[in-house]
Amino acid sequence: MAMDTNLALVLLLTPFLGFLINVFFGKSLGKSASGIIGTLSVVVSFIVAVSFFLQINETKQAINIQLFDWIQISKFNVSFGFLLDQLSVLWLLFVTGIGSLIHLYSISYMHDDEKMHSFFAYLNLFIFFMITLVVGSNLLVMFIGWEGVGLCSYLLIGFWYKNQSYNDAAKKAFIMNRIGDLGLLIGIFILGSLFSTLDFASLQTAIAAAKGVDTFWLSIAALALFIGACGKSAQIPLYTWLPDAMAGPTPVSALIHAATMVTAGIFMVSRMHFLFDLTPEIQTIIAVIGGVTSLVAATIGLVQNDIKKVLAYSTVSQLGLMFLALGFGAYEVAIFHVITHAFFKACLFLGSGSVIHGLHGEQDMRKMGGLKKAMPITFWTMLISSLAISGVPVFSGFFSKDEILMTAFHHNIPLWVVGSVASIMTAFYMFRLMFLTFFNDFRGTEEQKHHLHESPALITFPLIVLAILAAVGGLISLPGNSWLNEYLAPLFAKAGTEEHHLGTTEYMLMAIAVVGGFIGIGIAYAKYIKQNTVPSEDAEITGVSKVLYNKYYIDELYDSLFVAPINSLSKLFRDYVETGISSLVFGLGKAANELSYQGKKLQNGSVGLYLFGFVLGMCAIISYLFLAQ
Amino acid sequence: MSTVLILFCVLSAITLLTAFLTIFSRNPIHSAIYLVICFFSIAGHYLLLNAQFLAIVHIIVYSGAIMILLLFTIMLMNLNEADEVHKPRFTRLGAIVSFCLVCLVLIKIFINSKPIVEYDYTGEDYQSIKVLGKALLNEYMVPFEFASILLLVAMIGTVLLSKKEKLEK
Amino acid sequence: MNNILTQIGIENYIFLCVTLFCIGIFGVLYRRNAIIVFMSIEIMLNAVNLLFVAFSTYHQDTQGQVFVFFSMAVAAAEVAVGLAILVSIFRNIGSISIDNLKNLKG
Repeated sequence: MAMDTNLALVLLLTPFLGFLINVFFGKSLGKSASGIIGTLSVVVSFIVAVSFFLQINETKQAINIQLFDWIQISKFNVSFGFLLDQLSVLWLLFVTGIGSLIHLYSISYMHDDEKMHSFFAYLNLFIFFMITLVVGSNLLVMFIGWEGVGLCSYLLIGFWYKNQSYNDAAKKAFIMNRIGDLGLLIGIFILGSLFSTLDFASLQTAIAAAKGVDTFWLSIAALALFIGACGKSAQIPLYTWLPDAMAGPTPVSALIHAATMVTAGIFMVSRMHFLFDLTPEIQTIIAVIGGVTSLVAATIGLVQNDIKKVLAYSTVSQLGLMFLALGFGAYEVAIFHVITHAFFKACLFLGSGSVIHGLHGEQDMRKMGGLKKAMPITFWTMLISSLAISGVPVFSGFFSKDEILMTAFHHNIPLWVVGSVASIMTAFYMFRLMFLTFFNDFRGTEEQKHHLHESPALITFPLIVLAILAAVGGLISLPGNSWLNEYLAPLFAKAGTEEHHLGTTEYMLMAIAVVGGFIGIGIAYAKYIKQNTVPSEDAEITGVSKVLYNKYYIDELYDSLFVAPINSLSKLFRDYVETGISSLVFGLGKAANELSYQGKKLQNGSVGLYLFGFVLGMCAIISYLFLAQ
Repeated sequence: MSTVLILFCVLSAITLLTAFLTIFSRNPIHSAIYLVICFFSIAGHYLLLNAQFLAIVHIIVYSGAIMILLLFTIMLMNLNEADEVHKPRFTRLGAIVSFCLVCLVLIKIFINSKPIVEYDYTGEDYQSIKVLGKALLNEYMVPFEFASILLLVAMIGTVLLSKKEKLEK
Repeated sequence: MNNILTQIGIENYIFLCVTLFCIGIFGVLYRRNAIIVFMSIEIMLNAVNLLFVAFSTYHQDTQGQVFVFFSMAVAAAEVAVGLAILVSIFRNIGSISIDNLKNLKG
């Protein structure tokens, strides 16, 4: 057990050590050294995570490590500990694995940035908090990680803080997350006060024992936790921060806003599955919100022209699909999609980063095109990932998305339709992105064309690895013979029974999904290759496209619904309440001042007057001493 | 009436009278002279109470040192009756009013106070010079030393204060 | 020898001392000449000293007399410093009337 404790500490503290080194010595170490230290610290964590994975895969036993008692108030007890079970180790694997690849990528990508050491410091800190979030043995430890990744997300979105709109994006992300975090906190409080414990294992037994009792409060707690998940995983109504979060450097978008942090909500819901299983009405809410989010984000994604914005809406849409699965209690399906999505979405983001890098910061797809020849590796890796996300058979996304849709079909046909439409749209906008970026002729400036080149090996290597994973990742959960379901079976009691038999219905569904995917790709092909259309300029967009291009005016709606009233309220407070308070306070000060000014006159320097005062005082004291009794 | 009581009455009369005259003499020199007599009569009270050591110290300190200082100062300043400024009426009135107030308070206290119970005399020696010296150099050793330091400091301070300031360059 | 207080009575001393003290207070309030004020203060001080000794005899306790001894030492120091201050004031403003001492004005 001691061995496990030490290993777990190594797992957790190596990235933190990397953070400390980069923070304090990063500048003097130089760019390459700071990048190598940052990467190595995550690679070490990855190796440890692999060893834990192998151990747990063999023994099928969760490792519970209690470091120390943290908070003890009469019955209420929170200890600081780690819980390494199938779920957390799985998350650890892809957090540290993809984290290592993205660190490696960043060494080259960020090499021209003067603050490279602080970039790596933040990335390491992020990994540290993400590991804390994943391995925490109770809700409070998880909450530390939860807040920590939010902080790192803020720091990294606003990494180029000299640009005011980037700062605003960072603040938006932070505040939106804060709203969700409030929900999470309320959920934690309710659970803590109901069961006097926050430990996952004890909560599970306590909630199971309390079956049928307190359903109302359990539902409220579940809803509050889900609001937390909504904030972190960008679901309606708290999703608007994620597209704006693309202001950060591209590796950040890949690591935090596609592969790892935004899946924290799914992780949390899976962790607390025993709670959600008991509250079917909340599960329905989750499924509906997931479905609607996936559809809404997909429609917005159809018309975006910023390459990263497309990917961002695609991420929101895919996260919506995962929540759709969660809402039906199909946790292992959602987790499967989390993993495959992490592979292909990280690859897509890194690929887009490679493109942006090649074009020296250009993100508008209308000014790209024809990059296939100049950047073959980027093209092929991105193509594989796009095929994966579009649900083309054999690639990983096909299996995971298909399972989600199948689950939806078995539970709720309308939501299945919603999910399927979203998938078709996904196929369309992904290939719109691919065609606009890599096919036809280059539409940028001559100078850019002259400088077009394939990115260096440090950038292409992670791309290749991720593309391979995106291609073959589906093997971990083949329909009918799922290694993942078996692996996760000890956690989710229902996982075994929910398995679908591969009947005609299932094959039909698969066929529909595949055909849908090809339809999406076909439309994109017809529009952007055959007709060689280029999306029109911002001003010329009209009709439905305009509504979509402006994201349904959700930001404006939030502005007028929340921001403007709060602004005017605070203006009211500033103009009237604060004036009142300050005049009261200043009035007190003025009164004291005036009083002392008058009192000053008493001290007129006349010794005679002082003597009178002295005698009077003496009289008073004597009277008090001898006459008062 | 016993002789002691007569002696007390005579001494008290002298004390009060000279104190009164000290305050009301127009000439500061006269005041000082009356004050000396007042101090001597207080020394007489000490002797009556059999506090010989204090009586001697009192004569040396007050009648000797302090009065000489006062007289020197008065002569140094060459004060006489004409120097006394005429006081405004309200000052005088204020003085009388506050004096009456003090008197009233004290009278009230005397009215309120309980009669003194008789005490018993044990005949223990408590005020001979020997006993006082032992007390001063045993229990009150530290305050005694501090008193000497205080006097030294006062002496230095006096010298510094009364020294004529050098003319500025 | 019998104790003196059996014949005189402590209350007589209290009356004497209080009267003396009141005379001192009156002097302080009434006179403007700083040196006379000084003398009045000395009278008040002596009234208290005398009461100390009287009660020391009454309680047959040494402490009262020791305290008087210290108060005399302090009085000596006070007079020395006070008179020095008066001398320098007189040197500066040519008068020792306390009405002219307005330097303490805040």
